[in-house]
Amino acid sequence: MNSVESTDVLVVGSGFGGAIVAYHLAAGGARVVMLERGPWLETGEFEHDFKLGSSYTRIFDFVVGDGMSVLGGNCVGGGSVVYFAAMPRAPRFVFERRGSIARRMWPAAISRDTLDPWYDRVAESIPITQQGWQDVSYSGGLWAAACKHAGRTANPVPAAVDTAKCVNCNWMMAGCRFEAKQSLLFNYLPAALAHGAEIRPLHEVQNIERTGDGGYRVHYQLVDGEDYRVTTGSGTIDAKIVVLAAGAAATPVILQRSEATLGPMPYAVGRYFSGNGERLNTAVLNEDRVREVLGLDRGDGLAYAANQIGKGPTVANWDRLDGSLPEYSRYSLEQLYFPPGLGTILAMTAGSDPMWFGLDKKEMLRRWRSWLIIFQMIEDDNEGVFGPPPARGNADRLSQQMLGIGRLSYKPTANTQAAWAMADAEVKDILERDGLATVTPWTNDLVGAYTVHPLASCRIGDDPHTSALDDRHELRGHPGIFVTDGSAVPGALTVNPAMTISALAERAVPGIVRAARERGVEVVYGAPAPDGSTGGRRGAARLAEALLSR
Amino acid sequence: MAGVSPDGGAVAAGAIELLEWDATGVTDGLDGYAGGLNRHALAHAAERGLALDESVPPFVALSFEDRTALVRWLTAPGHPEKALWVSLALFCNMAYDSAAHTHTAEALAAGHPGLTAMGIAMPDADGLWRFPAYSYGRPLADLHPDTTPTGSPA
Repeated sequence: MNSVESTDVLVVGSGFGGAIVAYHLAAGGARVVMLERGPWLETGEFEHDFKLGSSYTRIFDFVVGDGMSVLGGNCVGGGSVVYFAAMPRAPRFVFERRGSIARRMWPAAISRDTLDPWYDRVAESIPITQQGWQDVSYSGGLWAAACKHAGRTANPVPAAVDTAKCVNCNWMMAGCRFEAKQSLLFNYLPAALAHGAEIRPLHEVQNIERTGDGGYRVHYQLVDGEDYRVTTGSGTIDAKIVVLAAGAAATPVILQRSEATLGPMPYAVGRYFSGNGERLNTAVLNEDRVREVLGLDRGDGLAYAANQIGKGPTVANWDRLDGSLPEYSRYSLEQLYFPPGLGTILAMTAGSDPMWFGLDKKEMLRRWRSWLIIFQMIEDDNEGVFGPPPARGNADRLSQQMLGIGRLSYKPTANTQAAWAMADAEVKDILERDGLATVTPWTNDLVGAYTVHPLASCRIGDDPHTSALDDRHELRGHPGIFVTDGSAVPGALTVNPAMTISALAERAVPGIVRAARERGVEVVYGAPAPDGSTGGRRGAARLAEALLSR
Repeated sequence: MAGVSPDGGAVAAGAIELLEWDATGVTDGLDGYAGGLNRHALAHAAERGLALDESVPPFVALSFEDRTALVRWLTAPGHPEKALWVSLALFCNMAYDSAAHTHTAEALAAGHPGLTAMGIAMPDADGLWRFPAYSYGRPLADLHPDTTPTGSPA
């Protein structure tokens, strides 16, 4: 038998939650190993290709559940490599949400005011562009013009995109070939590597057990680089601190599977999952009306016909992000691009049944260039629950890559359904005005609801009965295990969550440093941003000091 | 189905080729799918008193309307085999709207029926898409009054 490998800090996952923590701990002097279940792709390997086996299917996972399917990253850099790079901060009222538990969901220590310094640290580390109207794609411009026509406001969305490098190819979900998207591959991860952290791709963590010395042993399997259904070996690493950041559809599964060796998990592990209230609508535009009603013209004889062109979401309507409105009636409506495949099969016709396939659907596809997709983010009810874990990973993999069957069950409550219905009606009101378009929601009948932003399946909170983690992200009853990915976010955010996940990960670092020091790891807190900037560190210094000393 | 639509559908787009590629994970089950579909078609016909042409498989013998109704039933919420039939439908759709069995640029160059009907643009000579013209380039709405200096909601 080989001698057991050991490290100070083992980080599971290399997306926002993993990379940020790994960087700070490595920069502070700890030995850090990151295990990532997906492959490690370089810029030149990001392809413009829908063929199975291209980067699109290698780095992206689609896990079908009962009533909810989850799309997520599956590569070094995680969600940051496949996401659309929208980086808004969550509105103030979100932190006061009560949700399904009839009291404040967020820990008392966290509000928009106390999270803003951590948001600032992220904004200093990941270049975020405050897009102007010159940057807004045709589809974003169309959504803005329709909002104005309907008496609404509309905002260009802040995005981690270098607009000077962007070619508006809309292949963001396959990885950015032009290095325009400022993924973690360009900031936190290289900085972590420079400080000695290791990243091991195609290492899928299965479970955790305790060692005799108060540390943990992490068991992983090696995944074949082409056929993810196949494993090629296994191993273990011992660590004094374990940071789980495998994504909100995987982190709770690892903990559930570890219950046999670690002992009982907090009740909230694998419960309170939120899909961030997401739902999509497809509008099919009448090109003549776009020109006549909105006065839009591309200058090349076309009014719109630009579904394919752009960089994901560029414009959002935030009129309903109003804290004076009742919970479950606040949402944002964001223009989005969704590639063919899922982005077409779930779209419904406005005609009679069948609405997702058949002759009418074929005609609808013929007008694909005139589609405009609107993304709703409402307040859902945290109604997702994970069943017993599958044999390995977080799904029974069906295809060699991308497609698997998971254990998440999600039965939308009346609150969630009413919020979706309200948002559907508003999108219809805005886009069907004066014959601009025909609008239909995506069907939930095929793969359930779906989310690209899974959250809250192992969340922070003050109440041990409804939160798996304390407000320092430590797993209740299992000292030395921390969770820093989207699973830690208490509930739906009404906006894209990457910025909030990242800010929470930044905020979690001082507590993890403290726990590591208590276990004999020589590590200090206080690294600058990955590029050496120090303004964010100064801004969060007082808050960090409080977290270090608790 | 031939004659129902003026241009090619999923089969012409390569659905069989895609389903027969083991990367999908459904290839081993194709014979089972075919047998199951034919059994469901026979039951569908029997319930409605439809006489089927016995020289072709039962599903093929159904009219377009009856095939549509059967697929609707098999993929509807509550059907015990729904997950299986949705998986099959997913790959058939993917053959048409993303040509997942072939390189996208090559499919477009060869006039793939789905991608062509959807009007997907051709890539540049290096196989990558770039859109130099992408924006109306002017303000098209008023900003939300509570927008913060960083461009986020307040």
